[in-house]
Amino acid sequence: MSFNGPPGDAPAFDVDVAIRRGNRLIEARFTSTAGLTALFGPSGAGKTSVLDAIAGLLRPERGHIAIAGVTVFDAGRGIDLPPEQRACGYVFQQARLFPHRRVRDNLLYGERLAPADRRFMTLQEASAFLGIGHLLDRWPRTLSGGEAQRVAIGRALLAGPRFLLLDEPLASLDAERRDEIMQVIERLRDELRLPILYVSHDRTEIDRLAGNVVRL
Amino acid sequence: MLSAEEWEIVLLSLKVSVAGVGLMLPLAFALAWLLARVRFPGKVLVDALIHLPLVVPPVVTGWLLLIAFGGNGPVGSWLDRAFGITLMFRWTGAALAAAIMALPLMVRAMRLSLEAVDTRLEDAARTLGAGPWRAFLTITFPLSLPGILAGAVLGFARSIGEFGATITFVSNIPGETRTLPLAIYSALQMPDGDAMVARLAGISVALSLMALVVSELLARRFGTRGGGHVL
Repeated sequence: MSFNGPPGDAPAFDVDVAIRRGNRLIEARFTSTAGLTALFGPSGAGKTSVLDAIAGLLRPERGHIAIAGVTVFDAGRGIDLPPEQRACGYVFQQARLFPHRRVRDNLLYGERLAPADRRFMTLQEASAFLGIGHLLDRWPRTLSGGEAQRVAIGRALLAGPRFLLLDEPLASLDAERRDEIMQVIERLRDELRLPILYVSHDRTEIDRLAGNVVRL
Repeated sequence: MLSAEEWEIVLLSLKVSVAGVGLMLPLAFALAWLLARVRFPGKVLVDALIHLPLVVPPVVTGWLLLIAFGGNGPVGSWLDRAFGITLMFRWTGAALAAAIMALPLMVRAMRLSLEAVDTRLEDAARTLGAGPWRAFLTITFPLSLPGILAGAVLGFARSIGEFGATITFVSNIPGETRTLPLAIYSALQMPDGDAMVARLAGISVALSLMALVVSELLARRFGTRGGGHVL
């Protein structure tokens, strides 16, 4: 496993956007150089919308988004990369595993599409890293919440992402599973050194994980 | 058992229905996708137009087909000039009539199955590196496939029973356009046709029942998929 961190001194995240959701305008502006940046705020503040905008699933009304020195969106310059070109590892609040594919094929979905020079993990390495080797032949519907979330993290990592977006990955888990996934996230931060943007409304999670906190 | 003539009627009915549904399948799916996933002005009108054959008297649908696809009709004369295709009084015309009458049922079933596919799964596929087409082919299409097949089988069942639009558009020609319902109608008017009516009616009921059961089983499949912790 190897990953070369962001080139030069470019901030991991440089975000300044206004996102229209119905009648609301969600505004977020932050830059961060930390390994793990937490996006913190009450439910309904639009945290997920900011992640969706960074992933390319939502188009902001104005502003720009650059990640590790690469501009993926800039309204002024007419830049708007489609999601498949942004190389983001997005772990959603609910795992969103593909129900018609076994765990193995969920894990390999993005791996098969990723260019060779962006992959930094094999299926075996990801399985060992996340402790999901015994689940490979299972169907997603047979997994527990914690298992599904670990598979979702593995699926994102195998696609060779340049950065990770984690949207309350602990929300649907009980206390024991929380600690387990939290340890995985700490290892992602410290061993893989991928820039991580982590959404949460839980102060204790953030105190434990984040090097930088952005309030929304 | 069945006479040679009756076998011919059954086979013609199957040919007409399979051809009609097969031809209409891509269009029905495209319309279902449009209605399920795209917002556009005039959507209500398109939706209503597709459903029109369900509520308008079939004889009116047949008459409209006659006007459009008849020898002097705008589409009919163009088909004849460009490809040498005639639909009037031909089994191909019966297939078209059956397909138009089946369209609303097909679109409804397919639309429901497309709407049941969570678009957030497509979003997940996109972030994993799939373009819109690949996301559609690898996620949306396989997940809605049982519903698409259910729609096709339902359309087939409807086609087998098609009477009014068919007899209006392509008449009742033995060996060419005389499908099961038309043959039953003809046999009813013959003094000694009772036994034939009973046999053909029995086949109609059996075919329809089979199609409905298959369609229901298929429709159930996509309802039970995706339980547990996947969404």
